[in-house]
Amino acid sequence: MSDTTRKPPATDRFGVIGVPRRRVDGRAKVTGQTRFADDLALPRMLHARLLRSPVPHARIRRIRTARARKHPGVQLVLTGKDLPNEFGILPVSQDEEPLCSEHVRYVGDPVAAVIARDELTAFEALDLIDVDYEPLRTYATPEDSLGHPEPRIHDYGEEGNIHKRAAFDFGDVDAALAEADEVLEDLFFYEGNTHLPMEQHAALAAVDADGKLTLWSSTQTPHYVHRALARVLELPAAHIRVIACPNGGGFGGKSDIFNHEMVVAKAALLLDRPVKICLTREEVFYAHRGRHPVLMRMKTGFKRDGSITGMQLETLVDGGGYGSYGVASLLYTGALQTVTYHVPRYRFRGCRVFTNKPPCGPKRGHGTPQPRFGQEIQLDKAAERLRLDPAELRLRIVEQPDTLTANWLRIGTIGLAECIRRVVEVSDWNDRFRKLPEGRGVGLACGSYLCGAGLPIYWNKLPQSGVQLRLDRSGEVTVFCGATEIGQGSDDVLVGIVAEVLGIDPFDVRCVTGDTGLTPVDLGSYSSRVTLMMGNAAIQAAERARELIASAVAEQLELPVSRIGFGGRRVFDVENAERGMDWREAVGLAEERHGTLGTVGSYTAPRPAARFKGGGVGPSPAYSYTAAVVEVEVDTSTGWISVPRVWIAHDIGRALNPTLVRGQVEGSVYMGLGEALMEEQAYRRLPPKLSGALVHKFPSMLEYKSLTTHDMPEVVTELIEDPEPNGPFGAKEVGQGPLLPIMPAVANAVYDAVGVRIDEVPITPDKVLKALDDKAKGGPGRYGPARFPEVEWPEAMQVPPPWEDGDGKAVNDPERKRAAKLAKVL
Amino acid sequence: MMRLPRFRYHAPRSVAEAATILAAEGDQAMLLSGGTDLLPNMKRRQQVPGTLIGLREIAELRQIDNGSGLRLGAGLTLTEIVRDARVRERYPGLFQAAVQVATPHLRSMATLGGNLCLDTRCNYYDQNYEWRKAIDFCMKKDGETCWVAPSSRRCLAVSSTDAAPALMALGASVRLVSDHDGERVVPLDELYHNDGIHYLARRHDEILTEVLLEPAAGWRSTYWKLRRRGAFDFPVLSVAAALRLGDTGAVEQARIVLGAVASSPLPAGKAAESLVGRELTDAVIERAAELASKRAKPMDNTDFTLHWRKRVTRDFVGYALRELRGDDMRARRVQIARHSLDAAV
Amino acid sequence: MKNLIEIGGKHRAHVALRINGEAVEVAFDTYKTLLEVLREDLGLTGTKHGCELGECGACAVLLDGEPVLSCLTLGVECAGREVCTVEGLAADGRLHPLQEALADLGGAQCGYCTPAILVTAQALLSRVAAPSREQIKEALSGVLCRCTGYQQIFESVEEAVTRMARSPGRREGVEA
Repeated sequence: MSDTTRKPPATDRFGVIGVPRRRVDGRAKVTGQTRFADDLALPRMLHARLLRSPVPHARIRRIRTARARKHPGVQLVLTGKDLPNEFGILPVSQDEEPLCSEHVRYVGDPVAAVIARDELTAFEALDLIDVDYEPLRTYATPEDSLGHPEPRIHDYGEEGNIHKRAAFDFGDVDAALAEADEVLEDLFFYEGNTHLPMEQHAALAAVDADGKLTLWSSTQTPHYVHRALARVLELPAAHIRVIACPNGGGFGGKSDIFNHEMVVAKAALLLDRPVKICLTREEVFYAHRGRHPVLMRMKTGFKRDGSITGMQLETLVDGGGYGSYGVASLLYTGALQTVTYHVPRYRFRGCRVFTNKPPCGPKRGHGTPQPRFGQEIQLDKAAERLRLDPAELRLRIVEQPDTLTANWLRIGTIGLAECIRRVVEVSDWNDRFRKLPEGRGVGLACGSYLCGAGLPIYWNKLPQSGVQLRLDRSGEVTVFCGATEIGQGSDDVLVGIVAEVLGIDPFDVRCVTGDTGLTPVDLGSYSSRVTLMMGNAAIQAAERARELIASAVAEQLELPVSRIGFGGRRVFDVENAERGMDWREAVGLAEERHGTLGTVGSYTAPRPAARFKGGGVGPSPAYSYTAAVVEVEVDTSTGWISVPRVWIAHDIGRALNPTLVRGQVEGSVYMGLGEALMEEQAYRRLPPKLSGALVHKFPSMLEYKSLTTHDMPEVVTELIEDPEPNGPFGAKEVGQGPLLPIMPAVANAVYDAVGVRIDEVPITPDKVLKALDDKAKGGPGRYGPARFPEVEWPEAMQVPPPWEDGDGKAVNDPERKRAAKLAKVL
Repeated sequence: MMRLPRFRYHAPRSVAEAATILAAEGDQAMLLSGGTDLLPNMKRRQQVPGTLIGLREIAELRQIDNGSGLRLGAGLTLTEIVRDARVRERYPGLFQAAVQVATPHLRSMATLGGNLCLDTRCNYYDQNYEWRKAIDFCMKKDGETCWVAPSSRRCLAVSSTDAAPALMALGASVRLVSDHDGERVVPLDELYHNDGIHYLARRHDEILTEVLLEPAAGWRSTYWKLRRRGAFDFPVLSVAAALRLGDTGAVEQARIVLGAVASSPLPAGKAAESLVGRELTDAVIERAAELASKRAKPMDNTDFTLHWRKRVTRDFVGYALRELRGDDMRARRVQIARHSLDAAV
Repeated sequence: MKNLIEIGGKHRAHVALRINGEAVEVAFDTYKTLLEVLREDLGLTGTKHGCELGECGACAVLLDGEPVLSCLTLGVECAGREVCTVEGLAADGRLHPLQEALADLGGAQCGYCTPAILVTAQALLSRVAAPSREQIKEALSGVLCRCTGYQQIFESVEEAVTRMARSPGRREGVEA
């Protein structure tokens, strides 16, 4: 276990860290040499395509495959009975089949696979498979699912079509709201959207010369795929190797385990030939696991000075057809409301339902953008009610560093106030807010995100990240880690850290990542965990190597080890830098003295302070913070919205490679603007009297709107560096947090521009016009959800906050009571 | 990866040769020009021609000639149209339409003739085979029902060409050539029917070879396009307008054509007539915008909501007419188009 | 001179063309687009695909110097023509200044749209030596990038222009 209370080095003088530089895989990317999964080809390779359900909800009566099997060029047709074991990313949601055997749950659910000599042949043969479906009731909305417990989409979950409910009380929120001077209650809706990585998911499976299975895949989580493959194929995990190819964008969309990975693996084993699949863009929309649509009711009490007395949040989460990460996603809609501003008492109620749509899961920000959208708009409304500037209000209530929150999250450094001050300054906020002419406005919002989920997805006490180093007399250093390069630059973080500690150039380090057969386990590229967890493991491994080399060099130079320094590809006497040797010679000496050189490092996150069930979602070794100001222009006649500029400040702790950090911030702004203005994973229910169809409205890149170069505003990025003790060299995450403030900042800017509230995303011109009409007729000038359906909430878990003599445990046990009640009924 | 179906391919060198092949191959053959419309449709199995006749090798389709006005070969790419100084100077409405088609890459492939013959579009139709199967197909391909309006007896797919409204406002004609009976020249507005399936009056054996433009002297023209993003997207409303002003400043002749609000481009005749003999005052523009917007019949089968598209038609007609009046509309243009149209030149 | 296209039987084509300055002959199924021919029949996997329908721009290549989408160009239509892909940008063992700049300045994150961005920008620079930011945006408006927010891409192109002005010998990325 690594030292989790590591202090950042006293010096700010680094050789590699903090210096803007070309990423280690930069050359591969600009020459087209990066090998993405679909770029791979092997001799005798066959191609697979999946037959997907054309009905949203049905029992499968029969599948006839004979005609497809006889089609020239077809090698194999697989159906559910060939792959009987279920899987799922969370241990509590093992609800997916590689190919549906009896029950399909959305249009796009895979039911059969054809493996053929080429993709066109496989595609043609799909049409020769006859599937006899017995249609079941179609659940298009959460209201449908809440209102009709039968037939069930799954035969597990809480009851009917409710997958999971959560209820927590951290203190007496009713009393807190009663003490408030102003109580704001709002409804918000956040439409679902999807990752849309440029690279479509692909996987290639082959049986190695020695008879073991290898799967190459565009996955963010090779370790979890590895575990699932062992379970589904009934093979020892040790005989399976999963290689995560560099991902052509992930954003969370490749962090689940997918049907197509299981299918090609099985086919390769059966045929003893390599089998590849690459999803079409339409299929990527069905694989989905994107942002959950969430309806929210949020009630917050404020004192006149702006301080929050308490907050109550209810979320209704549309999960789609499967569990995926959904239990975690649901808890994340309630977990991080407390980490930005001081919320002394907090109540959360959440409910995730199944519907007949592609399953939702984790997308950049996982569960937090939706409630953050509501919270930051509500603060804007509160500021107006309290006659405070929105920036000033936030500055007054920013949470303190080194604090436990009401829901038992431990915060270390918090650079939020500095982020707010910085964006206020660079955006000329004070000269713009409420001062721009009609039709132009600015909006401010903030956010915070995890630097890695505190707990792994399956319960274990093993390291969450492992790094291995090998060095030899040639001077070569190779670093091995299971982390996955998804474009975010994790290889660069890994190599940069090793090079920094060893005083060499990043070019001197060879990097092997994301290969379960070669690299130590890292849980994967999700929850913004890699920089912090892998980074700390890398520091440990590199420091251990450094110790080995230092001791050998110290002996050679007849100096105490404490006088040995590393830098500029040399190992030397820190008091007389002339005295020393070059790096290669030093490594040779160490090999001579210690034998073959290799070191390891590992990282396990600190134990969460929360000790109640469900408290495992939210804790993190550190939290990043962001504040943003968005400027908009809104035409009052058409509602047309333009975004000319965005200013954003991010609390990064320390920027390991500022070029990459800025790229992540600006990429987050990009994706946030997409979610704010145009992206939606929307569905179309055909008239129920005529059809049971429920289809993705437009599973294409043309109609799923992603910003082009012309739609992207100028972005001014400010990095706030306040080193975080838990982070490697003080670094925090940057991949997800900067997305969070963008959507509410756009909404707040629209209000500043034309005085209407759009309480949902995407914020589109037709909605703006409806709100303007409403205002013109004397209404409140709002567009957003009108009601929150009746949800029967379970008894809440009562967890007193730290300042109410809590110990992090619940004082009651609703689950046991519920189980007892159920036992009585049965 | 999406794959094309199998087909036979011909690459004739002349219009006459192409017309002969087309006549011989019959209904299962299709003309392939830029490919940016037909090939995606083939990949989605909306169209599955057994034979493709590629027009790329036919040099005569790629000429620009000064006639009395201008003659544009149907095989010119939209990039070639955009880069032609004569087009930009004399027929700004055509330039603005062409430069706002899709993306620079697609404009370098797509042709003028292809854009005029662009298949009508619909969110229920422009989908993969599997998706269309999930809704039991639609009237336009393999099915019975028009899901846009299930009681409709005709297909409501949307005319999505940018070039056609612009050229109709400019009073253009097109030449159609066939093996069987030579050639004919028809006014562009006679090329279209307001029917999502039978949207073209072009016979199957005819090749659209060129566009004929009248002299532009005295005419002003413009094109305003509504789409979500600054690139890629098809129009979901467009307004093409052209007019000739007399010495007094009164309008002598005017044409207004709406795009993407029906299965064909829609001339707004009454709106145009309302301008004639009048100066372009705010009130006159407002009245014409009102009349034109009554013609728009958007349906729920494109991006954006239909009510909003209908409502903003007035605004877009207003933008067009104010620009023709001489108002400085550059800032508005940048807001709507998301960029200055000159950047492409 | 022999025919550049020979369509053997119904469904097989044999085509001669130039790719990245080299003469190439290739046989493939007639239904294949240039994208498939490059990636599957010539092993040039630097050219990517994101939709195969002309909706993302990831498959852009230069055809006779003009940026086009290889997913909507038939292989048989490329007979006798010159194709430039990302693999052809570097010359004389050195990366093109655009490649250097994108690598240096964060213009490539996941790298999936990068080949399309590079060939498109190269065509722009061969037409306009010192393009404005607006011209860069317009030229690249046909390639979607989900990672960067484009800003570092624009800056990379501008940096390449600056570097090329300093050493004009590197103007043309690829010489036939």
